[in-house]
Amino acid sequence: MLVVETIAFSIAISFITMSCILACFSVNPLTVYATMFFRALGTSYGLSFLGLEFIPLLLCSTGLLVAFRAKVWNIGAEGQLLMGAIAATWLALYVMPEAPGFMLIPCMFITGFLAGSAWAFLPALLRAKLNVNEVITTLMMNYIAMELFNYLVQGPWRRSAYLFPETEELPEQAQLPVIPGTSVHYPTLAIAIGAVFLVAVMMWKTKIGYEVKLVGDNPEAARQAGVSTQKIVMFTMLLSGGLAGLAGVGEVAGNPAHHKLYYSPEIISAGRGYTAIIVAWLSRLNPLGLFISAFFISLMLAGGSILKTASFGIAPTPESARALANAAHELVGIFNGVMLLCLVAGELLTRYKITLRWGGRGEL
Amino acid sequence: MLVKMVGITKRFPSVIANYKVDFELRAGEIHALLGENGAGKTTLMNILYGLYRPDEGRIFFEGREVKIRSPKDAIRLGIGMIHQHFRLVPSLTVAENVALGLGEAKFFMPAKSVEDRIVALSERYGLKIDPDAKIWQLSVGERQRVEILKALIRDIKVLILDEPTTVLTPGERDQLFKVMRKLADEGKGIVFITHKLGEVKAVSDRVTVLRRGRVVASGLDAKRVSVLELARLMVGEKFEFGLKERKPVAFREVVLDVKGLAVRDDKGLLAVKDVSFELRAGEILGIAGVAGNGQRELVEALVGLRKPEKGSIKIMGVEVAGKGPRDILELGVAFIPEDRVGMGIAPGLSVEENLILKCYHRPPFSKGPFLDLRFISEWSRKLVDEYGIMTPSLKTPVGVLSGGNIQRLILARELSMKPRLIVASHPTYGLDVAASEYIRSLLIEQRNKGAAVLLVSEDLEEIMALSDKIAVMYDGRIVGDVMETSGVDIHKLGLMMSGAWEGG
Repeated sequence: MLVVETIAFSIAISFITMSCILACFSVNPLTVYATMFFRALGTSYGLSFLGLEFIPLLLCSTGLLVAFRAKVWNIGAEGQLLMGAIAATWLALYVMPEAPGFMLIPCMFITGFLAGSAWAFLPALLRAKLNVNEVITTLMMNYIAMELFNYLVQGPWRRSAYLFPETEELPEQAQLPVIPGTSVHYPTLAIAIGAVFLVAVMMWKTKIGYEVKLVGDNPEAARQAGVSTQKIVMFTMLLSGGLAGLAGVGEVAGNPAHHKLYYSPEIISAGRGYTAIIVAWLSRLNPLGLFISAFFISLMLAGGSILKTASFGIAPTPESARALANAAHELVGIFNGVMLLCLVAGELLTRYKITLRWGGRGEL
Repeated sequence: MLVKMVGITKRFPSVIANYKVDFELRAGEIHALLGENGAGKTTLMNILYGLYRPDEGRIFFEGREVKIRSPKDAIRLGIGMIHQHFRLVPSLTVAENVALGLGEAKFFMPAKSVEDRIVALSERYGLKIDPDAKIWQLSVGERQRVEILKALIRDIKVLILDEPTTVLTPGERDQLFKVMRKLADEGKGIVFITHKLGEVKAVSDRVTVLRRGRVVASGLDAKRVSVLELARLMVGEKFEFGLKERKPVAFREVVLDVKGLAVRDDKGLLAVKDVSFELRAGEILGIAGVAGNGQRELVEALVGLRKPEKGSIKIMGVEVAGKGPRDILELGVAFIPEDRVGMGIAPGLSVEENLILKCYHRPPFSKGPFLDLRFISEWSRKLVDEYGIMTPSLKTPVGVLSGGNIQRLILARELSMKPRLIVASHPTYGLDVAASEYIRSLLIEQRNKGAAVLLVSEDLEEIMALSDKIAVMYDGRIVGDVMETSGVDIHKLGLMMSGAWEGG
């Protein structure tokens, strides 16, 4: 099972890299991991951190999984998530602020899905009709979404007479309920889990799922069978964009720390659209594997947040504690980066047999 | 003697590519290596160039025995090879590519110093080329010149050209021949791999013929041997009729009716020019011809993968020119593509998923949006047994199966649809004898059941053994008329295939 080995190897390398860096802060890496792990799962604030990472990552990576299965490289979940957040805010603040929650909340999710899809539409169309590389276009769309967000928050939607540029708070009935004692907005969690199961059924038991796999594996064979690659490109892009849009709705309406759009789009999206790429890849594009990979990555991210506050209990001196707290998120970033690198490199290397030969350098 | 290869044997899994092959090359000669596809010509030369190592046999270079472990060794000895597929970097210039090939590329590209040498060489041999042009801007013929320059700049003694003319226009070909002759006159030894008889006569001094990995004629004088004799040597005289009997079929409606068909290739050139023929139920029509004469484009147009430029294709009386692949397969058209792995299967998907490729979209394989997985499993199990597909399980990715099993899977899938028309493109290419025989029997069985079969193949023995009628394609047209197999002799076919046939 080369696949399992690749994953285990990638995780191991990431841990080793991170341990070396932690050692530079003169802390024991094992203490750090233990603290991260037990506080994330054993405390209510730890569970909040965990849930707030898990929900958007699961939603975004579910969509990306479908796209990646068709070898459609949607790198735009970040922007699609922001568009979902913007659309939900717009609906709750300007379109139907008076509507009761049972109407408003479903409408916000639907609009968020559509907005995410819409943001993926242009790259999808360009790829389907003109074969324009979707990696570039979806990535560029992220920047446009961020600037649109900035414009709205600093311009027309800015709450008047307030120091920081931000929108009004969403009306109370638009705010999603949370699991008591935590920040986990369970409606979005339920949608995310439901989406994983729907995608699993789709990939394994439906015609469209078969077509997605076929186009991803061999577009020529798909063409011969009369499957339209264009249709599959459109479908997977719009679906992955829509699911990222749902994550954006959850971020603005669900996360109790938000409930409005802030001066910086990074506060809402926090790079989760990119991290979801790692989650999808780590699952080996297996829908049920997403639960494990999303949980694992969330644990690392939550651990980073925990490390920020817990560093004084771990580090030997206040100086190193402060340094560790400042570097906590970057450490997790390095961990994730190293892991993705190993996963992608491992993907390539598993196709080769390594042989040792004596003498002579080959050339081709 | 410049090069002497003695008793070379090379085995690949399930195929013996070369068996006790002897080959000699003299300085100052153009030596043609003739044979059909899969005869082992390229393998033999890849061994000389160090890309493969022989299982048995010895190589002598200028009289002393050498071990060639890699192309680097070959280059050191002074052996150059121009492959069928060029090894150039499209975004770099001619000079940069040549410099890269020199292997002297250190940190700074020595392109400038190489440029003068390129200009000198191209003037000396009449290889017109602009050293500053980027590769992607060049025509195929020009790219080939760059490859030749890459070899010449190293002061080689032996130049191997692997089917160099397939990609060339007739004008470019004549120019290439001139360059080859000039090189030979300077005392270099040229190996010219080809399967075109006319070209052997046109340019080479001696010829060695390979058939199924063995030498059947060694170092013949090309001026004295006739094209007819070469054809006979290349394809062999013995035919194996150990196949199923072709029974007469009573009711013979026209299944496929092609009129005035013209199709363009990927480059936009007319690859099929005004082709017309009829194919009836219970009949196998063999399309013979050297690859690259429009067969691929013809086949792709028939199954809907390529839009015809003009003309009509009627299948069961329905006009299908310009229709999509699914419309056409719904009419009962099975397709066995020439590029088995590239087109015929999805290698990462399972045996089951590959078997339903052409039928997943309709009941009983699916209901509404859902696939009926249980039915698919049962049905796949039956096909796997019936066609003897060797696979560890139905969930195994098809890419790990052997070539013969992949072909069985494709046939199982296509024939299970009870097709009325089977378009088979090189169905036994690269398969071992047993698998080939099995696949030929299946085609005959389908014919006896009343299917119409269009068989495209380069293997004349296969065409002769299977077909009721034969047409030869050359340069996008059918040479002469469609012929009854009984009235055809193989030498005439060889001539028609080589384009040397003048009618009569």
